[in-house]
Amino acid sequence: MDWVNALAQGALLGGFYALLAAGLSLMFGVMRIVNLAHGLLAVAGAYVGVVVVEDAGLPLWVALVVAPLVLAGFGYLLQRGFLNRAVDLGGLVPVLVTFGVAVILTNLLQEWFTADSQSLRSGSFGTASVQLADGLSIGLLPAVTGLAGVLVVAALQWFLARTRSGRAMRAASDDPEVARLMGINEKHVYALATAIALATVGLAGVFLGMRTQFTPGYGDLVLIFAFEAVIIGGLGSLWGTLLGGLVLGVTQSLGSQIDPAYGFLIGHLVFLAVLAVRPAGLLPKVAVA
Amino acid sequence: MSLLEITDLRARYGEFQALSGVSLSMEEGGVLAVVGANGAGKTTLLKTIAGIVPVAGGSVVFDGHDLAPLAAHQRTRLGIAVTPEGRRLFPNMTVEENLLVGGHTRRPGVWGLERLYDTFGVVGDIRARLGRHLSGGQQQAVAICRALMSNPKLLMLDEVSLGLAPVVVDQIYATLPTITEQGTTVLLVEQDAGHALAASDHVVCLLEGRTVLSGPSDQVSRADLASAYFGLAPSH
Ligand SMILES: Nc1ncnc2c1ncn2[C@@H]1O[C@H](COP(=O)(O)OP(=O)(O)O)[C@@H](O)[C@H]1O
Ligand SMILES: [Mg+2]
Repeated sequence: MDWVNALAQGALLGGFYALLAAGLSLMFGVMRIVNLAHGLLAVAGAYVGVVVVEDAGLPLWVALVVAPLVLAGFGYLLQRGFLNRAVDLGGLVPVLVTFGVAVILTNLLQEWFTADSQSLRSGSFGTASVQLADGLSIGLLPAVTGLAGVLVVAALQWFLARTRSGRAMRAASDDPEVARLMGINEKHVYALATAIALATVGLAGVFLGMRTQFTPGYGDLVLIFAFEAVIIGGLGSLWGTLLGGLVLGVTQSLGSQIDPAYGFLIGHLVFLAVLAVRPAGLLPKVAVA
Repeated sequence: MSLLEITDLRARYGEFQALSGVSLSMEEGGVLAVVGANGAGKTTLLKTIAGIVPVAGGSVVFDGHDLAPLAAHQRTRLGIAVTPEGRRLFPNMTVEENLLVGGHTRRPGVWGLERLYDTFGVVGDIRARLGRHLSGGQQQAVAICRALMSNPKLLMLDEVSLGLAPVVVDQIYATLPTITEQGTTVLLVEQDAGHALAASDHVVCLLEGRTVLSGPSDQVSRADLASAYFGLAPSH
C-alpha cells in the first residue's frame, strides 16, 4: 500500500508541476520565449497571496483570484513594453530580458518582503485529508492543486484550439508575417499569451505558498521543476507538459519511497534520461496545440 | 475616386532600395495585373501595400486613407487582403482553421465559411485536412478563400500560378470572375505575363523597382510589354 500511496501522491504532485509549468510551455510554444523569470513570477504570485491573505486579512479564495489577475496585467505590460521588442531582435535577446526581469524582481521582492521565509496560512484546507484505504490518504490541498493543474492545461488547450484569440496565437506562432497579413495584431496577441501564461503562474504561486515555505530565492527551484516538466513532455506541447509534470511528480515520489533523501535526485535523473534518449520529449510538438 | 492610388512609392530592405518609384492607380472593380521579372519588386510592392514593409517615400492611398502610418492589421480592417507568394497556409491548422484565421477581421460581405464551401467545392471537401497535407492547387484555392474570409475590397494575389500544373492554373484563374462579381477588386502579380494579360483589364510592368509601363491590357502590345519587362529599349 505504501507504493500505491506514493504513486497517488506523485500523480497529484505531478498535476502541481504541470500547473507550475503550463505558462512556461505556453510562452515557448507561442513566442519561442524561454522565460527565465518564470519561477520567480510564481513566487511573486505567492507574495501577492501574502498581501491579500496575511496583510489584508481576506480569505484564501480571494488570493486565488487576485494573484492571477495581477500577474496577467503585469504580463501584458511586460510583453508590450519589453518582450515584443526583444522578440523582434531575436536570438538570445528575449532570454536575456527575462533574466533581467528575474534579477530585478528578486531584488524588489527582497526589498518589500525581506529574504525571510514565509508561507500562506491555509488553515483546515491545508490539513484536511480523506482516508481512501488503509495507508492511502489524499490531502485536500494536494488534490485540489493537482486537479487545478489538469484543468488549467485542458483549458489552455481548449482556448488554443477553439477560440478566435487562441487560433490567432497559433497562427502568429506558425508564421508571424502571414498572421499579420490576416489582420492579426501580433503584438497584442503575444501580450495576451504572456498575460494568460502569467495568470496560470499566479495561480500556481498561491498554491505554492500554501504548500511550502518560500523566499524570493525559491524561484530557482520552481524554474528547474517547471523546466524539467516542459522538457520531459516535449517543448511547446501543453499535453506534453502535463505528462512531463506527472512523470516528474511520480518519479520523485516513488524515489522518496526508496530513500527520502533521493526523491529530487531521481526526478532529475529521469529528466536527464529523457533528454538523452528522447531529446524532443515524450510528446514532441507537432502543433502548438 | 480611385480605390488605390500609389505615387512614386519607395521601399527599402536596410540599405537596399527594392522600390524606387512605383506609381499606379486602380479603379474599383476589375482586375489589375502587375508583371515583371524575378526580383523586379512585385512582392515588395504587395507587402508595402499590406503593411509588412514600411513606406520609405512617396504615398499609398487606399479608399481615401493614407496607408503609411497604419499597421498591417488596420489595413486589413480597411479591406485589404493578400494571398502571399508560395501560399503559406498555416501548416499545423486544418483548412477550416486557416479560413477562420483569415476571418480574424470580419468585414460585412457575402463571404463566409458556408458560402466559400458552396462556391469552391474542392475547399469544402478538404475542410478537415491539415494545411501541410494539401497539394499545391488545393493550397492555392484555400489561400484565396482564406483571404476572402475578411470580405476585402482589394484582394492581392501574389503569383498564384507559381509551381502549379497548367490545368490547375486555369482552374484558379477561372475563379476570378466569381470574386470580382461580389465587388472585390483584384490586384494580381505574375512573372508569367500571358495569364496576367488575359485575366486583367489593366497592366503595370515593374523593372528594378520602378513602373516602366502601364496601360489597358487589351491595348498594350506584346512587343512593348516584352521590352519593358526585360528593360530593353522600345522597339520603335
Ligand atoms: N527580405 C528581404 N531582404 C532583403 N532583400 C530583399 C528581401 N525581399 C526581397 N528582397 C530583394 O528585393 C528585390 C525585389 O524582390 P521581390 O519584391 O521579392 O521581387 P519579385 O516579387 O518581383 O520577384 C530583389 O532584389 C530581392 O532580392
Ligand atoms: Mg515575388
